[in-house]
Amino acid sequence: MNQVPLTHILIVSTALFFIGMYGLFTRRNMITMLMSIELILNSVNINFIAFNRYLYPQRLEGVFFTLFVIAIAAAEAAVAIAIIINLYRNFHSIDVEAADEMKF
Amino acid sequence: MPNAAYLLLIPLLPLAGFALLGLFGRRYFRKTSGVLGTSLVLVSTALSLWVAYWYFFIGGFAGGAYRTIPVLQLPWLRFSSELSVNMNIALDPLTVMMIVIVSFVSLMVHTFSLGYMKGEERYSTYFAFLGLFTFSMLGLVMASNLFEIYIFWELVGCSSYLLIGYYYDRPSAVAAAKKAFIVTRFADLGFLVGILILSFTARTLDIDPLISHIIHQAMFAPQAMASFLGISAVSWGLFLVFIGGAGKSALFPLHIWLPDAMEGPTPVSALIHAATMVVAGVYLVAKLYILYALIDPLIQNIILWAGAISALLPAIIACTQSDIKRVLAYSTLSQIGYMMFALGTFHTGNGGTMGYSASLFHLFTHAFFKALLFLCAGVIIHQVHSNELKDMGGLRKLLPLAHACFLIACLAIAGIPPFAGFFSKEAILLAAWNSNKFVYGIGLFTSGLTAFYMFRLYFSIFWNRPATGHRHKQPFVESLPLVILALGSAFAGFVPFTRFITADGFPAASEGIGLSAIAPVSIALLGIGIAARLYYKQSPRPQRAAAAFKGFYQFAYHKFYIDEVYTFITKKIIFNSIGRPAAWIDRNIVDGLMNLLATITARIAAGIKGIQSGKVQDYTLYFFAGIVGLAVLFIYIYT
Repeated sequence: MNQVPLTHILIVSTALFFIGMYGLFTRRNMITMLMSIELILNSVNINFIAFNRYLYPQRLEGVFFTLFVIAIAAAEAAVAIAIIINLYRNFHSIDVEAADEMKF
Repeated sequence: MPNAAYLLLIPLLPLAGFALLGLFGRRYFRKTSGVLGTSLVLVSTALSLWVAYWYFFIGGFAGGAYRTIPVLQLPWLRFSSELSVNMNIALDPLTVMMIVIVSFVSLMVHTFSLGYMKGEERYSTYFAFLGLFTFSMLGLVMASNLFEIYIFWELVGCSSYLLIGYYYDRPSAVAAAKKAFIVTRFADLGFLVGILILSFTARTLDIDPLISHIIHQAMFAPQAMASFLGISAVSWGLFLVFIGGAGKSALFPLHIWLPDAMEGPTPVSALIHAATMVVAGVYLVAKLYILYALIDPLIQNIILWAGAISALLPAIIACTQSDIKRVLAYSTLSQIGYMMFALGTFHTGNGGTMGYSASLFHLFTHAFFKALLFLCAGVIIHQVHSNELKDMGGLRKLLPLAHACFLIACLAIAGIPPFAGFFSKEAILLAAWNSNKFVYGIGLFTSGLTAFYMFRLYFSIFWNRPATGHRHKQPFVESLPLVILALGSAFAGFVPFTRFITADGFPAASEGIGLSAIAPVSIALLGIGIAARLYYKQSPRPQRAAAAFKGFYQFAYHKFYIDEVYTFITKKIIFNSIGRPAAWIDRNIVDGLMNLLATITARIAAGIKGIQSGKVQDYTLYFFAGIVGLAVLFIYIYT
């Protein structure tokens, strides 16, 4: 079977990671930032799966780790959305620039 | 043997009064605080009279002399196995006499104040302070440990400060209180250092062992004593203790606080600044009399001359002052000068310690007539609502009782027989005659001056011109102390004083009043005559007399510019040469260093505070930068 080389998959995950980074740094909308964080987490998941499949095919730690990351991402999304709702109630906006009360 | 508990009650009852009235007086005893305080002092006085009776007639006399009886030994603060501050009480003739004087005068003043201070806003506070003063003064005279004396000494100064500043809304009273406190505190520094030197030499603070130890050392091992500037350490110690006493007793260069202290209520002046506290210095020197007499003739001469100058100069100033209380204050200074130089007249001949008895005799009689004078002054001031002589005159019709009492007191202080002051002044002059003729001359001249300025006061107040105004009704509580003190001033001289109080405790026969009395009495009569001629009727003579001595009169009127000299020394010399450089160093170097540190911190903080921008994405950036940094670090370490 003509396998896809590991490096290709790593390139995909790296691209995904930096797309997420770019979104996190440039978007001012909190929902979009949350989505960017999901992208970063997914790139990590791809890495786990890929390394597990290519380096230790008979073991399952990477897969389980991915499952945990997905669960934590779900919990994190819930918390983040709660924060966003509170932010909206206080500032009538979900723009991160609007919330700068904590500066010096 | 009196029970120590009774003896302790004498000072503790006024203290209880102070605590009670000071804490609860304004709320619960607004009207009754005076009666409460007075009755407590009444009990104290009764107890002290009983103690005096017991000591002089029953228990104190043994083996032909009055002995020191230790009543209470209470170690309080132990520095080392041999040196400790003890709260001791011991009875000796001097102490017993002082207890009686202090509690008696305090009782008189308490009673007088019941009427005099009525209606004052801080009526109960006043009686609380009087109680505190009575406690401290009684403690001072009962103490038989030098450090214990020092503690009560400071307490006395503190209560004097409180009472001078009683009218705290008057700036002059506040200034006077501060001045009294600072001047006496300055002198007390000398007292403290003196105590330390003496106790270092004698290895004890209890007075009797201290005296015998130092005498023993001076007799048998004089070369073993340390010395400084050619004068032995003990002499320095005695001199410094004398400085402390001179401050409290307002002797000549340190007298400036006493005339200003007249800002306090008049009964307070009678109690503190005439009869009791200001004689504390005399008491102290008398307590250590044996040391002063035997250790160093130099110190003794200092006492003699300090006393003589303090007798003469204030008497001259008193002739020119116009404020009745100030004249009385200067006369107090002068009389204390008498007591002090009498203590300096010791000589090793027959009757060499005569000055001791004479001085304390004068202290005893002076307490009566000076308290009486001040209380009379209080009555007069209430009548005319002024301290100035020019507002008075002809008051004999309006104040017959005060007139009679004032006259008795004036005769007593002028030394006219048979009033009290005659006997004591006569004894002092006799002691001076036997010791130093020149000081005798000063004393004689001063007694003429005393008669002059007292009768100047008397004639200006009670005669001089027809009275104006109507008579104030004088309450009974104000009249009673006047009558009692007048009786004391008239008859206290007949007490056979040397029978009870002598330097060595052995009763001596009273010196007969002989031809030696002619000179003082005639010079006193001369003074009275001049005063009568100048002030009996309103006339231009006083102005002419003042004009005749123009320069000197101005000099004396301005109190010899001593206050100005002090102001010059403190403000111009001390403040300019020490205060200002110190302030400059403080402002520029000490503060500057601190300011520099603070400025550096503030600058750095201002520079880096921009990092905390409050923007989430900035923080994220730092976070990732940190992770990248860590990753680089790990890679660098592991490869």
